[in-house]
Amino acid sequence: MTTIAPEDTGQEALFDATIAADERIEPRDWMPDDYRASLVRQIAQHAHSEIIGMQPEANWITRAPSLRRKAILMAKVQDEAGHGLYLYSAAETLGTGRDELLDKLHTGRQKYSSIFNYPTLTWADVGAIGWLVDGAAITNQVPLCRCSYGPYARAMVRICKEESFHQRQGYELLLTLSRGTETQHAMAQDAIDRWWWPSLMMFGPPDDESAHSAQSMAWKIKRHSNDELRQRFVDICVPQAETLGLTLPDPDLRWNEERGHWDFGPIDWTEFREVLKGNGPCNDERIGRRRRAHQEGAWVREAAAAHAAKHPAHPPHAGTDQEEAAR
Amino acid sequence: MTPHPTTPALPLGDDALILSHRLGEWAGNAPVLEEEVALANIALDLLGQARILLSLAGDEDELAYLREERHFRNVQLVEQPNGDFAHTIARQLYFSTYQELLYDHLATTDTPLTPLAGKAVKETAYHRDHATQWTLRLGDGTDESHTRMQRALDALWRFTGELFDPVDGLDDVPWQTLRDEWTTRITSALERATLTVPAGPRHGAWTAGGGRQGLHTEPFGRLLAEMQHLHRSHPGATW
Ligand SMILES: [Fe+2]
Ligand SMILES: [Fe+2]
Repeated sequence: MTTIAPEDTGQEALFDATIAADERIEPRDWMPDDYRASLVRQIAQHAHSEIIGMQPEANWITRAPSLRRKAILMAKVQDEAGHGLYLYSAAETLGTGRDELLDKLHTGRQKYSSIFNYPTLTWADVGAIGWLVDGAAITNQVPLCRCSYGPYARAMVRICKEESFHQRQGYELLLTLSRGTETQHAMAQDAIDRWWWPSLMMFGPPDDESAHSAQSMAWKIKRHSNDELRQRFVDICVPQAETLGLTLPDPDLRWNEERGHWDFGPIDWTEFREVLKGNGPCNDERIGRRRRAHQEGAWVREAAAAHAAKHPAHPPHAGTDQEEAAR
Repeated sequence: MTPHPTTPALPLGDDALILSHRLGEWAGNAPVLEEEVALANIALDLLGQARILLSLAGDEDELAYLREERHFRNVQLVEQPNGDFAHTIARQLYFSTYQELLYDHLATTDTPLTPLAGKAVKETAYHRDHATQWTLRLGDGTDESHTRMQRALDALWRFTGELFDPVDGLDDVPWQTLRDEWTTRITSALERATLTVPAGPRHGAWTAGGGRQGLHTEPFGRLLAEMQHLHRSHPGATW
């Protein structure tokens, strides 16, 4: 992608005006290299999170305790794969292909959300992920539906709709457990105890330590700071936990009349940094499994590519996509 | 031993339930992201069919989670482990071709299974198309994929005879005609894919079979152990 010097063309002024007017930048529009790079980094990390995020939940597909729950869970994990597809396509509109991004994920040069480095130990964790992790994702992502980059914003509209299903299904799963037998209730409480703090960390480091926030806000890629979104999430969760009959594991949670928000206790940022560095409970397993699936699938992708090359005029057919399969 | 219903909804429901379970094991492991979506689609269709069929036979969860191995009526083909992607595709090709023919027939009859068959036959046509396209790509792809696909087709061949053992309660199904048509379709799909129709026997003393009578293969017990453990650990609980 070559960039024409903006001062020669007035393109930069056009870009700035588009951002200022709250309009969308589209793939063919001129954009600063840093804007492009920043978006690719963010969209890639988001896409990687979707596909790595399939693992902790897929862990329970074969053990789902009712056929109804099994269908819901399978559909959810499938949705996450679909989200990965939309997002890799959005990154592709910026000139970076899926293969390159996957390679960066597999070699540790790009990250995914740290939350998925925690294990799903019981069935209730499926509910906790839906309620808290998808819930936090929605809080983060709803503002992205107004992101300045068109394809990303549009992908987010679609994704957010599905995430809110996931959030409600998780909540409903937990409610059933909480109102079920004593053992089921304890299972739900234990899951909340383990997932609450990691989900608050999903909003990223506090504002004064966030490396990319200021520029992203100026470009209207991001609309709210990490801390604002985190607060919004806490405010949503507290009453929901109460309805669930479950306790959030924070003794400092209390309503602050003056601020009009819930105060909450200090977050253990050491844990956050450790998990980010690769020292979380499942970092090796998640990336290891992803790599293994990719390597074991190499012969399949090669076969599809070889077949497509031998039969270039092979008529396309409904249902599957020749090109996509050839990737 | 609790008596179990003898409706044909049970064996057909078990086929769909168990194959769906096996496909669910692919989640997070597929060779390409599009296949995560496609395999999950097929698994979800089958699970949907299973739920309707098992509900015709009784309580879906009781039947899925509280029966012992010897009471499952699925064919042995669907319980076979996923193996590599070629094995999964071979299993899909054999099974979906059979299921499409069977549902196609049932859709034209007038039985309690007719409404389900009418709806499911469209899903099954998509499953068959998916399997056929991949058979083509793998058979006529690289040397490695050709070898793997042929090996998978050969390995699962002995499980295909059982598909056409008459099912109790489906007395009007022309099993021999279905079998001939199945053979024709499989032969044509394999020939297009430059593959060879396996030569081994499909029926006989030690070919596979017996799933319809509750005789299964060793991996099946482990599949059930995993599938049923949580449900069975909390007797009477609601999920
Ligand atoms: Fe998602
Ligand atoms: Fe989700």
